[in-house]
Amino acid sequence: MQLRPILSSLSHHKLTASLLMLQVALTCAIVCNVVFMITNRLEQVTLPSGVDEAGLSMLNSESIDKNENRLARHAADLAGLRAIPGVTAAVAVDTLPLGRDESSYGTCASAEDLAKAIAARSMMREGLCVQPAVYGGTQGEVGALGLHLIAGRDFRADEYVAGSGVSVVILSRALAEKLYPGKAALGQSIYAGGDKPIRVIGIVDTLLRPHLRASEVNQYAMLFPMLPNDGEVTYLLRSAPQDRERVLRIAAEKLEQLSPERIIPASSIRTYTQMRDAYFQRDTTMIGLLLASGLGLLFVTALGITGLANFWVQQRRRSIGIRRAIGATRGDILRYFQAENFLIVTAGIVLGLLLAVMLNLVLMKHYELPRLPLYYLPIGALVLWLLCQLAVLGPALRAAAVPPVVATRSV
Amino acid sequence: MFAYYLDLALHSLRRNKVLTTLMVLALALGIGATITTLTVLKLLSGDPLPQKSTQLFYPQLDPYPKDQPFSRSGKKLPWLMSYVDAMNLLHARKAERQAVMAMSEVKVTPQAQDGKPFYAHGVMTTADFFPMFDAPFQYGAGWASADDESREQVVVIAGFLNDKLFGGANSVGRTIHIDDRDFRIIGVLRPWAPQPRFYALHLSGRNYGMGDAVFMPLLSARADGMTPSTVMSYGPGSDMQHLETAPSIWLGLWVQLSSTDEASAYKLFLGNYAQQQVALGRFQLSRVALSDLMSWLHNEQVVPDDVRLQAGLAFGFLLICVVNTVGLLLAKCLRRSREIGVRRALGASRGAIFAQFMVEAGIVGVAGGVLGLGFAELGLWGIRHQPAQYASLAHLDLSMFLFTFVVALVSSLIAGLLPAWRACVVAPAPQLKAA
Repeated sequence: MQLRPILSSLSHHKLTASLLMLQVALTCAIVCNVVFMITNRLEQVTLPSGVDEAGLSMLNSESIDKNENRLARHAADLAGLRAIPGVTAAVAVDTLPLGRDESSYGTCASAEDLAKAIAARSMMREGLCVQPAVYGGTQGEVGALGLHLIAGRDFRADEYVAGSGVSVVILSRALAEKLYPGKAALGQSIYAGGDKPIRVIGIVDTLLRPHLRASEVNQYAMLFPMLPNDGEVTYLLRSAPQDRERVLRIAAEKLEQLSPERIIPASSIRTYTQMRDAYFQRDTTMIGLLLASGLGLLFVTALGITGLANFWVQQRRRSIGIRRAIGATRGDILRYFQAENFLIVTAGIVLGLLLAVMLNLVLMKHYELPRLPLYYLPIGALVLWLLCQLAVLGPALRAAAVPPVVATRSV
Repeated sequence: MFAYYLDLALHSLRRNKVLTTLMVLALALGIGATITTLTVLKLLSGDPLPQKSTQLFYPQLDPYPKDQPFSRSGKKLPWLMSYVDAMNLLHARKAERQAVMAMSEVKVTPQAQDGKPFYAHGVMTTADFFPMFDAPFQYGAGWASADDESREQVVVIAGFLNDKLFGGANSVGRTIHIDDRDFRIIGVLRPWAPQPRFYALHLSGRNYGMGDAVFMPLLSARADGMTPSTVMSYGPGSDMQHLETAPSIWLGLWVQLSSTDEASAYKLFLGNYAQQQVALGRFQLSRVALSDLMSWLHNEQVVPDDVRLQAGLAFGFLLICVVNTVGLLLAKCLRRSREIGVRRALGASRGAIFAQFMVEAGIVGVAGGVLGLGFAELGLWGIRHQPAQYASLAHLDLSMFLFTFVVALVSSLIAGLLPAWRACVVAPAPQLKAA
């Protein structure tokens, strides 16, 4: 294939060719970043919570009676909930992974770190201490959530306290590794929100926070043997996945029977899957929008290429006819248009990759987006090449079909 | 002449129906996306109180004490104030008007026999809240400063709550049961919901949407055991019942200052107050800030990142659509060199050719605008069915309606500029010869 005639013909269409190049470049820049943002959001949405999500459902109860003995109320409610056929576990908890409501404590690995933090008048400076989320709940929370205990044991009945003042804790693996890098966390004592040591008795594998932050701290979470003692409590129920709707319906009725002095917000009666979907609702919307705009851009660009190629073919009918008449095959004509497209698109892609990196830098500055991994660039280039070749195929085939006899006609 | 250009343009567009449709469609998609996202952006970044916003200021202190291990004074000042500081500044009365506030979820029990209690958004605040924020009253009025101190059990309710509980009748003087006590209604507001809900920023998770339902004097509400939605504690010994003395920040203070002189005087007063607290050993640092309403909203980035990103994306989309239209129009015009040559030879001036092609581009733009308006309405309809706080507010207003056509025309005329210029510089002689 000779490039000379293509280049010389393109030099007659500098303006149109450079417009097409510009369009490919802009599309390439935006689509690379859009795909990257989609991947990022997908990673968020599919983050494992550490919870065995399939069989979990929940409902909230808000007490109206201010004088009631809440611990007794929760115990009676739980006994009633456990009696529902199909319920294999029921616990009262204060919050859940991806549940949004979060309490967190400034937590240090040792008394010395705490002292240093006090001296520095900051918990966070020099990375001495961290701010993990805390989960409290009634006995059996680890089992009901389906967390994987990878070291140590669950809480014993006598370790549970109402309100603050716990003496033992279960850490997530990420938190244990952060606080005690390179050594066993089990048996150590953390200092959380005060100067009383809290002994680590267990470590669970994955455990997300109620409210996600930066990816490196998303799993800084710990469990306290702390009985919920607020007016508002979440009852967590485990059942077979297909029983969830029925169990929830019966549970709401049952709680209402046990004590009418409460409000059960209809929006709080839901499965864990529904809560998770609600948490990521904005991300899923963004994924949809990004996907639609990415595809829309590719479509518009393909459209532009087809449209322009069509015009060029019509404009050059006579010269195509002459080329055919002096011996060019249909394949030659087809390849000519494909090569021409390839040249323009390649120029566009080179410019586009530069723009993609620049756009990413702007996004990093304004939207806390990570750096675009470089392997996105060749993939993006390949996709655009293929798409543009497909877009030009129709007009190129039409060009190839121009009969040589056109050359002899005066138009 | 214009009618003739219109005729020519329509004729030319009709010759390539598929291409024209696709050109209009692409432009319409770009315009639809842009208008949808701009409507949302405008809605979210608007001025909540246009007549008053320049006079409203939000003071900030750095309340973290010397001896607390858990203070986290970063670069930014804490958003909220402790009870002690908020009350000191309130009682100093150094501004024209001032009010402290916290948000709370309150339980409202209707008086009717079978009325199930329900939760509503409540504001715990002080007397100046209503005159300072120009909250309009349907019936009655707000309370006086004296009522704050004497812990009167009075309440101002929103119009929608009045409709729900009393069928919209004048309910001043009646009582409603909030949490565990009776409150006497002294005022009913007209519909009032500034967007964004600037006064609740950092005090509750809701920055947009429906207004609050009940407004109570802070001290009475606290005596009734109501707790604020947001409490940040910087030391041990913080408990929700004794927030007044706890090392916690949970109140917002707004002040009204009518002139820049007053504002700088207030800033000075604030700085002196902080220095005094440092001298007393209460504070570690004497940093203060005083932001006017719009800069407070801007600095705290009340508009979600996603919304700004969507607007940027839509503009990128529109840009590519415009480049696409330029390319297609250009190709069309180059193909019509002969026709142009004939028109030039018959006496049409360059300006006439230019105008003819601009009219053609304009038609594409107007068609794109009309269709784009449809896409924008569709997009906003989609947003209204999203569970976002601002969903119900997403409507196309008159200015955005007109703006749609401005965007459509401007983008299509920009797109038409290059092809039209190329068309009018076509030399007639060679074109005629080739024929």
